[in-house]
Amino acid sequence: MAEKPKVAFYGCASCGGCEETVLDLGEALLDVAAAVEVVFWPVAFDFKRNDVEAAADGAILATFVNGAIRTTEQAEMAHLLRRKSRLLVACGACSHLGGIPGLANLFDRKSILESIYCESPSTINQKGVLPGGQSRDNGRSVELPRFYQTVYTLDQVVDVDYYVPGCPPTPKILHSALRTLLGGELPPKGTVLAPDQALCEECPRRDSKPENLSLNQFKRLPEVLIDEDQCLLGQGVLCLGPATRAGCEALCIQGNMPCTGCCGPTSRVRDQGAKILAALAALVAGKEAAEIDHTLATIPDPAGSFYRYSLPCCLLWRKTTRDSQTR
Amino acid sequence: MPDSQPKRSQAASQAAQPFEPRVVAFLCNWCTYLAADLAGTSRMKYAPNVRVVRVMCSGRVDPQFVLDAFAHGADGVLIGGCHPGDCHYQEGNYKALRRCRLLKCMLRQMGIEEDRLRLEWISASEAERFRWVMNDMVERLRTLGPFRLRYPEDIVEEVTR
Repeated sequence: MAEKPKVAFYGCASCGGCEETVLDLGEALLDVAAAVEVVFWPVAFDFKRNDVEAAADGAILATFVNGAIRTTEQAEMAHLLRRKSRLLVACGACSHLGGIPGLANLFDRKSILESIYCESPSTINQKGVLPGGQSRDNGRSVELPRFYQTVYTLDQVVDVDYYVPGCPPTPKILHSALRTLLGGELPPKGTVLAPDQALCEECPRRDSKPENLSLNQFKRLPEVLIDEDQCLLGQGVLCLGPATRAGCEALCIQGNMPCTGCCGPTSRVRDQGAKILAALAALVAGKEAAEIDHTLATIPDPAGSFYRYSLPCCLLWRKTTRDSQTR
Repeated sequence: MPDSQPKRSQAASQAAQPFEPRVVAFLCNWCTYLAADLAGTSRMKYAPNVRVVRVMCSGRVDPQFVLDAFAHGADGVLIGGCHPGDCHYQEGNYKALRRCRLLKCMLRQMGIEEDRLRLEWISASEAERFRWVMNDMVERLRTLGPFRLRYPEDIVEEVTR
């Protein structure tokens, strides 16, 4: 019998939801397990970094990396896995777009570390010790990974071959991605392995989307009793479906929750947040600045709402501060 | 993503020279662009800091254009459209206004000062107004100083090896 293709999974700055998706493959997982040999998967198997280092370059067929790049250790692992793998796949919104951890780009390293390790109400840290650097104890020393100023997507750090979108990717997206990659006929490099169309196209409420929409208020979920058959945007709920890639089968919307944009933009859009901003602003009623501002005030956090999963790949990357400008 | 990243060398070579604001202006074909043209043919003098991009309507200005201009080293972005009620396509300038208001809120969150993005209604005959707007904008940008997009320094120093 020919040797099975080798596959690896690794997680960087992430919540673990993408690893969960692999298990959520259900019975399909048995087929996958039969078809491949998993050589590295810290969450499930006891392989160490040494094992990966010992492998020949390019020995792994495909490595699925979830999570954004936040620390020096994650960047090192990304480089190592890139070297050892023929295909590197960014799996899930965090490695694809930066994800929820990417929202940290609205702050800087100093304020994040100080708020967590010094200022949080349950913390007593009189010496103001912050993580990072060398630590000594009983003659032994440990060096902790360094925390970057900025959160990166995987492809800002290493070359990435394919993307599996979603937060987390649905088992169906992951399964079809696995089949595509193991099937031999590979799509062009850089492909996002999900349909290249807006979510509205596959939304079950698509037919109820109004032709012309003019909104005086964007409603937050507690403010509205949602009609389960009607387009959410039509009901004034901030739904990012028009600027988000399809593939998830509108799972959130089926659960009466608006799309928050986790599958990222389609291939024709460079900046998801700017695109949804353009789409939503055009729906606002009014022709006077004051009237428009009144409606827009019902979107209290535009950057957080439009770039919920994609701030690190915004054209502006991160918040710009005064001191960075004098740098 | 790689192609969206500005050239660093540009910013570095500028450091030695005195600051001259760079303004990218997206001007509507039917009004502000003609006003700029008229200012030129009338030999009016105004701050030479503008780079004009002609668009068919201010409503055509995608917020992605604005962010891209900032990412590529613009210190300010001007959008010029027709006065309310005068849009060649009926409603385009209102769309521009709505987008601009929301974009300003978002830019504020991203640390970009309000004065760096400006929307002005300038009709084809208002060359004088175009001149004044350009001078005023450049003056304000001079006070604000250069806009330097915070390039993630870690990428340069450590990540890319």
